[in-house]
Amino acid sequence: MVSKSGRTLLNLASLNRVISKRAFSNSKTLAAKQMTVRDALNSALDEEMTRDEKVFILGEEVAQYDGAYKVTRGLWKKYGDKRVIDTPITEMGFAGIATGAAMAGLRPVCEFMTFNFAMQAIDQIINSAAKTFYMSAGRVNVPIVFRGPNGAAAGVAAQHSQCYGAWYAHCPGLKVVSPYNSEDAKGLLKSAIRDPDPVVCLENEILYGVQYPMSDEALSSDFLLPIGKAKIERPGKHITLVAHSKAVETCLDAAKELAGKGIEAEVINLRSLRPIDIDTITKSVVKTNHLVSVEQGWPTCGIGAEILARLMESEVFYHLDQPAVRITGADVPMPYTQSLEVAALPRPADVVDAVKRLLKVK
Amino acid sequence: MGLNRSLRFAFNISKSWIQIYKTYSTCPKFPGAKTTFTNQLQFTETSSYAPIPIFRILGPKGELLNSSDEPKLSEEILLKMYKDMTVLNVMDKILYESQRQGRISFYMTSYGEEATHIGSAAALDLDDLVYGQYREAGVLMYRGFTLQQFVDQCYGNIDDKGRGRQMPVHYGSKDLNYVTISSPLGTQLPQAVGSAYALKDTNRVVICYFGEGSASEGDAHAAFNFSATLGCPVIFFCRNNGYAISTPVEEQYRGDGIAGKGPSYGINTLRVDGNDVLAVYEATKLAKDFASKEKKPVLIEALTYRVGDHSTSDDSSSYRPKEEVSDWLNNDYPTKKFRHYLESRGLWNEEHEEQLLAQANKGILAALSNGEKKKKPKWTEMYEDVYKFMPLHIKKQQDAMKDHLKKYGKYYPIDSF
Ligand SMILES: Cc1ncc(C[n+]2csc(CCOP(=O)(O)OP(=O)(O)O)c2C)c(N)n1
Ligand SMILES: [Mg+2]
Repeated sequence: MVSKSGRTLLNLASLNRVISKRAFSNSKTLAAKQMTVRDALNSALDEEMTRDEKVFILGEEVAQYDGAYKVTRGLWKKYGDKRVIDTPITEMGFAGIATGAAMAGLRPVCEFMTFNFAMQAIDQIINSAAKTFYMSAGRVNVPIVFRGPNGAAAGVAAQHSQCYGAWYAHCPGLKVVSPYNSEDAKGLLKSAIRDPDPVVCLENEILYGVQYPMSDEALSSDFLLPIGKAKIERPGKHITLVAHSKAVETCLDAAKELAGKGIEAEVINLRSLRPIDIDTITKSVVKTNHLVSVEQGWPTCGIGAEILARLMESEVFYHLDQPAVRITGADVPMPYTQSLEVAALPRPADVVDAVKRLLKVK
Repeated sequence: MGLNRSLRFAFNISKSWIQIYKTYSTCPKFPGAKTTFTNQLQFTETSSYAPIPIFRILGPKGELLNSSDEPKLSEEILLKMYKDMTVLNVMDKILYESQRQGRISFYMTSYGEEATHIGSAAALDLDDLVYGQYREAGVLMYRGFTLQQFVDQCYGNIDDKGRGRQMPVHYGSKDLNYVTISSPLGTQLPQAVGSAYALKDTNRVVICYFGEGSASEGDAHAAFNFSATLGCPVIFFCRNNGYAISTPVEEQYRGDGIAGKGPSYGINTLRVDGNDVLAVYEATKLAKDFASKEKKPVLIEALTYRVGDHSTSDDSSSYRPKEEVSDWLNNDYPTKKFRHYLESRGLWNEEHEEQLLAQANKGILAALSNGEKKKKPKWTEMYEDVYKFMPLHIKKQQDAMKDHLKKYGKYYPIDSF
C-alpha cells in the first residue's frame, strides 16, 4: 500500500518544511500568538458582549467566581450584575429562564458547570429551545447558546465524564459545535452567539488550559467560523481520520507516528456535529479510500456511527477499499481509577493500530 | 327495591347540599382549602410570620445554657461522639494534604460541620438508611467505616468496595446502610423518599443529607411534596453551611431559609444550631421518633459554617474574607465547644486530647501507606457490572483489550493491577 516512493516523497516533503522554516523564520505561523482555549472562549464572550448588548451570561458561579473553569474571568467586573448573572443551583430553572429570555429577544449564553449537569435541564434545551421555532411556525426563535465542558476530564469518574455530542447532534432544531483548539473555540462560539437558532457548544475541560497558535485573523473581533464546516487539520492521502474535540489531538498524534512509517493520514477536525460536514469527509475519502472515525464518546448511535452510515448510503461507499472503522470510548461508564480511565478512552496507539490493520502494514 | 335505593341516594345528596349551603358564606368549599374568606386585600409577606427559631443546648463557648437540658446520653456515647469528630478532622487534614501531593485526584473536607454529622448519626440506628450528598464522612465514620476503608476508596484500590469506579469521597457501604454518593446534586432527595416509601412497613427511617445549595434543585421540591403526600418516614437533613461553592445563601434563596419551606409542604420542621452537637442529636432523635411512629417526613435545617474550601478544586479566599473564616474557626467551632462541655463534666482533659490526636495521626498515616501500596483493581474489571450478565459486545471489548495487552502489555503498568 505505502510504496517506497511514497516514503521518499514524504521525506522530501519534510525536508521542504525544514528549508522553508529556515528561509522564512519570521513567517506568520511561527510568530503567531499563542492563546489558551480558555482565553479564546473568554475573548469570544467579551467581544460579543461589547458588540451586542443583548448578549448576557448566566450560570452557576459565572460572576464573581469567574466560572468554575474561569472561562468568564473578568466579565462580571467589566459588565456587572446585569449581564453576568450567578444563579442558584437549579439547572432546569436557569436553562428555562435563559430560554425564556431568548424567546423575548435577548441573546443568553447559558453556562453549565459541565454538560453532565445539563441533563437536569435537557427538557428545556430540547423540548423548548430546540422545538419552539418550529412549533410556533417560525414566529418565535430562540437565539441561545448552551455551553460548558463536555466529555472526559481527568479523575472525575462516571458522572462527570460523559460526551453528549451524539445526544444533542440527534435533535433537529439544535446546532452543535465542538471546538478543538483556540481558533475553533473563538470562531465557533462567536458564530454561535450571533446565530438565530439555539446552539450547543461542547467544550473540553482538559483543553481549556492548552495553548494553540492564533492567526492575526483569529485575533480580530470580526473572526467567525461557519457552523457546519469541518477543517482539514493535516492533509494526507493514505487514510482519513475524522474526529472532534480532544480526539482530534489523538488523531494528530497518531498521524505523526504514522508519518514515521510512511503513512500519510488526513486528519479532519469536524468542528460542528450538527450540521455535520459530510462533504469534506466525502472528498477526503474519495482521495484516501479509507476512513477511521475517532471519538471519546460511546460507540452506539455515536458520531462515528452517523458518519459511517452516511458514507454507506452514498456513492462514496464504492471508494472505500476497506470497511470504515470506528474508534470510540469503551462501552462502559467511566471508571475513576487512573489505570482504568486511560484504558477507557481512545489513545493514539489504538488509532495507529487500526490504521495499520486497515492498510495491511506491519 | 331499585326505586327505593335511588331515592335514598337522592335524599343523601340533598342533605349534604343543605349543609354546604348553610356554611358557604364563611367556610370556602374549594377542594383542599383550609382557610376562611376575608374582605381585607393585603399581601402576606415574609415578615407576616415569625422566622423559625434555632434550637440549641450549648452556648458559643460550650457552656450548658439550661441545666435541665443535660442530655441523657451515656458517657461512652458522648466520648465516642467527641472522638469521631476529632478523628474526622485529622483524617481531613491528612487526606487533603495527600491530594495536594498528587496522590489522589480530589478531596472534600468537613471542617466546621463535624457536629451536624456526628450529632445526627448518633441519634439514628444502624438499620436506618442514609443518603448523603458528599460532605458527610463523619456519619459514615460514626457508623463504623474504618480509616482504611476511607483511604482505600480515595485511592480506588483493590480493597475499595466500589472497585475504583467512583471519585474520591463518593463513599458507600451496604453493610452500614449508606447509599453510595452520587455527584449530580439533589438527586438523592427524591430517591430517599422512594426508599422511605418502600420502608413504610418497617420501623426503619431514611435520613437524607443535602446542602442549602442543592435545595434549589427541582428534585428538592419533588421530594418534599411527595414525602408529605405519600406519608414517608424520611428525615430531610439540610446542612446549611452558608455557601454553595462561592454562592452565598443571600443569592441562593429569599425567605426564611430552608426550614421556612417545610410547613408550606405540610412537613414538621426543626431548625437547629448545627455547631452544637447535642442540639443536633436531640433534634434528630425527635425527628426519628416522629417519622417512624407517624410515618411522616421531618425537615431539619442545621445552621453551620463551611470553614474549609468547598473542595480541593476551590480557593475560597477569592470570594470570602479570611477574617470571616477565622472568626468561625476561633469562635463557636463545634469540636472545641463540645470539648469544653466534656471537660466541664470531667470527661476529657489535655492528656486525653494529646493521646487521641497521636493515635489518630498514626492510624491515618498507616492506612495511607497501606492504601498506596495496594494494587489497583484488575483491568478486566472495567468491563464488569455494566450489566448483571455480561453481554456479548462487552465481552468482545474485554477480549480485544486482552489481545491488545498481549501485544503492548509492556507499555502498561501491568504490575500495579
Ligand atoms: C446538578 C449539579 N449541578 C452542579 C453541580 C456542581 N456542584 C457540586 S457541589 C456544588 C455546590 C453545592 O452546595 P451545597 O448544596 O450548599 O453543599 P455544600 O458544598 O455547601 O456542602 C455545585 C454547584 C453538581 N455536582 N450537580
Ligand atoms: Mg452549602
